[in-house]
Amino acid sequence: MYSYTEFDDAFLAERNAQFRAQVERRIDGSLTEDEFKPLRLMNGLYLQLHAYMLRVAIPYGTLNGAQMRKLADIADKWDKGYGHFTTRQNIQYNWPQLRDVPDMLDALAEVNMHAIQTSGNTIRNVTADHFAGAAADEVADPRPVAELIRQWSTDHPEFQFLPRKFKVAVSGAPHDRAVIKAHDIGLQIVEQNGVLGFQVIVGGGLGRTPMIGKVLYDFVASEDLLPTLEAVVSVYNLLGRRDNKYKARIKITVHENGIDDIRARVDARYALIRPQFTGVDQQMLARIEADFAKPTFKTAPLDAYTQAYDSDPVFRSWADTNLSDHHAPGYAIVSISLKAHGATPGDASSHQMHVMADLAAQYGHDELRISHEQNVILPHVHRNDLPALHAALKDAKLATANIGLISDIIACPGMDYCALATARSIPIAQEIATRFDALKLEHEIGPLKIKISGCINACGHHHVGHIGILGLDRAGVENYQITLGGDGTQDATLGERAGPGFSADQIIPAIERLVLGYLDLRSDPAETFLQTYRRLGLAPFKAALYPEARANAA
Amino acid sequence: MAKPFTPKVVTANALLEGDVIYQTATGWTRDLAHAELLTDEADADLRMIDASQQTGLVVGVYLADVDASAAPKPVHFREAFRAKGPSNYAHGKQEAL
Repeated sequence: MYSYTEFDDAFLAERNAQFRAQVERRIDGSLTEDEFKPLRLMNGLYLQLHAYMLRVAIPYGTLNGAQMRKLADIADKWDKGYGHFTTRQNIQYNWPQLRDVPDMLDALAEVNMHAIQTSGNTIRNVTADHFAGAAADEVADPRPVAELIRQWSTDHPEFQFLPRKFKVAVSGAPHDRAVIKAHDIGLQIVEQNGVLGFQVIVGGGLGRTPMIGKVLYDFVASEDLLPTLEAVVSVYNLLGRRDNKYKARIKITVHENGIDDIRARVDARYALIRPQFTGVDQQMLARIEADFAKPTFKTAPLDAYTQAYDSDPVFRSWADTNLSDHHAPGYAIVSISLKAHGATPGDASSHQMHVMADLAAQYGHDELRISHEQNVILPHVHRNDLPALHAALKDAKLATANIGLISDIIACPGMDYCALATARSIPIAQEIATRFDALKLEHEIGPLKIKISGCINACGHHHVGHIGILGLDRAGVENYQITLGGDGTQDATLGERAGPGFSADQIIPAIERLVLGYLDLRSDPAETFLQTYRRLGLAPFKAALYPEARANAA
Repeated sequence: MAKPFTPKVVTANALLEGDVIYQTATGWTRDLAHAELLTDEADADLRMIDASQQTGLVVGVYLADVDASAAPKPVHFREAFRAKGPSNYAHGKQEAL
């Protein structure tokens, strides 16, 4: 993976020293809060409901063991012994104190990490397929170009005061695991006549006005990518609306002006700036690509794996749900669930972080990934090591066999932490997971993605959940709206609103009626919730959700 | 007729720790029950101005509605969470209880 150059180290040290001085000046009264706020936000420091929150970027979700251990140590030293992994592959600390934050940033710098541009109207942490470099279906590893984009966008002088925040996601596989169509720019690596390039999708986003991104270019050659991105963001920077925060994202710019108008403007801007890109970026990319060279995979027998799979039902159940296909023979991609039934989605204790780092070192080429679904991935594990790995995960309460199932819920922090939230998310996720675990129906229900947001900004991706839950404040009471049929993959679809919302007490029984209704509706056990929804539409699901309406109509 | 004034407290976050705090007659408290209860609108505005000027101590000052039948209690659920802490761990103010 990428390791910092002297230039990177010096840049980060200077930036951290600047922020340390800014914090000192805030504390001694030289800076007002109005002056300090944009400075702290540029460095990932929020003030939330109960405390400050520091959001640390995990670029394209990739970590090594030393970085994971450092995240654990920071949690122990300056927070409450845990961290929260987010839907943007970041980690958030919920309880730092202002005086400690400069020390936390220095500790992060020791392992090539920072919190720059995890907030503010800038280009945010670049996200990528969490199976990058390992997936069997991959055309190319998206991380080198994601790193190039990180370097290009970090402290980019033209793009520090955009109309609104700007999010880029990259996928190198036809199966989209990075929700690229719900990003300001989504990049898909494609092959055309034996040459690799990028499909560029623009104007996607969730939030108040959800939009599926539109194709701006079907194929952009690798050497033309950065000037293309620069042209897109530059056009948006001038054209994007600054008069209304709710209409400031590029999805609205694209929607209001039309994709053809945007393309014409980007073409014109591109023609102007293209000569400035003299190929230095491609030399840098070549160096970055070398950093992401694949590990040396071993050839080993599969007897221990086969024996455990055939004799241990707990291992088999975990292997069936938590493993994905690896491109190397004998290897698997391991998803470690941070969704134990009743636990907070995405939270890991410092002990668990240390365990995962140790296991990555022992069995996984020292690589870890954070998924936007708030789980941790060991991308390269030989199948014969899986029984031992699984045993160690069990000891750390990390062996929950529920990846892609009903309890593998995305949930934003909601009103338990977030100052913007209008309702809680975490307790709803905890109760749904606990309820379906008690019913022992999880595996029978099969693949089902529930995504919960505690406000309209949709950090919990509820619009693209098979079942989406949106928490709102209705006249001083928490109220939960359900959307159905959303999908965040290559077939990206926005969910449809099912009907009136439910109170916190009613939402769990409502989800139960909905899911039991699905079990009755599906044509056979292999038909997933989403397939059944696509076949039958909203009406029968609505009838399951609102039985009293059906009774009244009869 | 003018709408009756809902009793209020002045609340904010502490600059250094980020903790939820409430104004008292003489300073700040972390316990809502000890907050200064404001039942008069003009008085509330003055106390709010006073709090807003303490920029070296506090951040994000605003007036929150309270139920004043006994010691001040939150009216809105958001204020109830601020006064107690998150629901998934016994962190925040509830740690001290």
